[in-house]
Amino acid sequence: MEAQFLMFLALAAVALAASVMVITRRNLVHSALYLIVTFFAVAAIYVLLHAEFLGVVQLLVYAGGIMVLFLFVILLVERPGTGPAGKPMRWHAAASGVLTLLVAAILGAHFLRSGMAPPGGTAVLGASGGNLETVSLALFRNYLLPFEVVSVLLLVALVGAIVLARPRA
Amino acid sequence: MSETLLRFVVVPVAQIAVVIAALLLIVVYLVLLERKINAFMQVRLGPRRVGWHGLLQTVADVIKLFTKEDITPRHVDRLVFLLAPVVIILPALAAFAVIPFSGGSFRVGSVGVRAWISDVNVGLLYLLAITSLGVFGVVMAGWSSNSKYPMLGGLRSAAQMVSYEVPLGLSVVSILMLAGTASLVGIVQAQESAGRWFLFWTPYPQILGLFLYFVSGVAETNRLPFDLPEAENELVAGFHTEYSGMKFAFFFLAEYINMVLVGCLVAVLFFGGWLPVTFGIPGLREPLSNFFPFWGGAGAMLTGFFWFGLKVFLVLFLYLWMRATYPRYRYDQLMRLGWKVFIPLGLGHVMVTALAILVRRG
Repeated sequence: MEAQFLMFLALAAVALAASVMVITRRNLVHSALYLIVTFFAVAAIYVLLHAEFLGVVQLLVYAGGIMVLFLFVILLVERPGTGPAGKPMRWHAAASGVLTLLVAAILGAHFLRSGMAPPGGTAVLGASGGNLETVSLALFRNYLLPFEVVSVLLLVALVGAIVLARPRA
Repeated sequence: MSETLLRFVVVPVAQIAVVIAALLLIVVYLVLLERKINAFMQVRLGPRRVGWHGLLQTVADVIKLFTKEDITPRHVDRLVFLLAPVVIILPALAAFAVIPFSGGSFRVGSVGVRAWISDVNVGLLYLLAITSLGVFGVVMAGWSSNSKYPMLGGLRSAAQMVSYEVPLGLSVVSILMLAGTASLVGIVQAQESAGRWFLFWTPYPQILGLFLYFVSGVAETNRLPFDLPEAENELVAGFHTEYSGMKFAFFFLAEYINMVLVGCLVAVLFFGGWLPVTFGIPGLREPLSNFFPFWGGAGAMLTGFFWFGLKVFLVLFLYLWMRATYPRYRYDQLMRLGWKVFIPLGLGHVMVTALAILVRRG
């Protein structure tokens, strides 16, 4: 338990440090690369919580899929060493500071009031054939409708993107 | 304490060391094999000067690469430029953590040793996730070099690897459905209890799946006829143009390790992993799955290595054969093949497999 907690602290520190680097780097490609580090640390935390499936999918979807597209787009629009971000608007910093404090306050209050979740333990996951089966049963049996709604939403977004990108005849 | 130490530290570390050492040795001779097969197909002799029939040629090449001057051009983005070779080789090596090389087991003291480093219940997904990270090395190298040809190579390879990951995943989905598990050990065991490899699965043999997997695998590893990211006559050397010495060797090494990985996966997913080749004759299975019955589990493991190695060798030979045979694809042809042919074929393949499973259950 002690070792697990120490590992969590290390991973959380990596995730936080990398996130700070994401928003402070001037170079977009560096930001994107630090974001991958963040995803890695979060995936490792999932694995630490015995949610291997979630951890692997986090890597597969975010690091392996989405970030490649991010990088691809950045590479197409920018050359290394160039492209400073636009000048920040005067009220930008103040507004984002207020918003950050607000979100932190709401989340903090929620966490303080709700208390710890009861530990599920690894027995729950191990019992019915592991992560993969548990997750897929929940997804396709109990939450099939929301799952399908989300996939239709993604399809609509895809079609919309293609329509927007097509040259007008 | 000492048993815990043996089970969780000594045995895994020894396994990892053996796998990495074996991989490096295999890559060295794979390069030589490639040159020899290329030479044979072009009616040449190939390397013959260093060692008997050129057996030490690649060893000499490795020494040359080690001792070459390692140049870092002045205009590069230093950190990313130095990290790129590491980023490309780490996923290639990490993927081997879940490959089951053979069956059988033997005991060291009270600890059983198997022929795989770990058996994860999300093994196949882990593989897809880890191998999809290799593309970052290529993109990082292409971008940080800050020069035209690497940039174009990096862009090409990002598009190519993302495109071909989809049919690759689709051909794996049908294997998942047949095996009912994502553990690679479980997949081989499912083929063992079914009595036939998934390639010959009835009523719908996975021949199309193998075709999709192998061709997408060739595209993912940037090998001919899909080696557009490093097309010499258009892009000098593509994404690794600016690299020299050992940094270049890392890219080279990663490419060949990935080839071996595709070979291992084809063997596990379609050819029944370490199971013997019996041509469907039932009596052959027992004697062929253990050549050294007097050694028990260790004998079974050695025999498994032989069959597994044979299957991987066949796949690698196919790689080299294709290299010596086909010309390079054009970029638009490559994209058309991926998106308009392979993805629809893959989707159809998954549906037909699902139907066949329903038919089989009756």
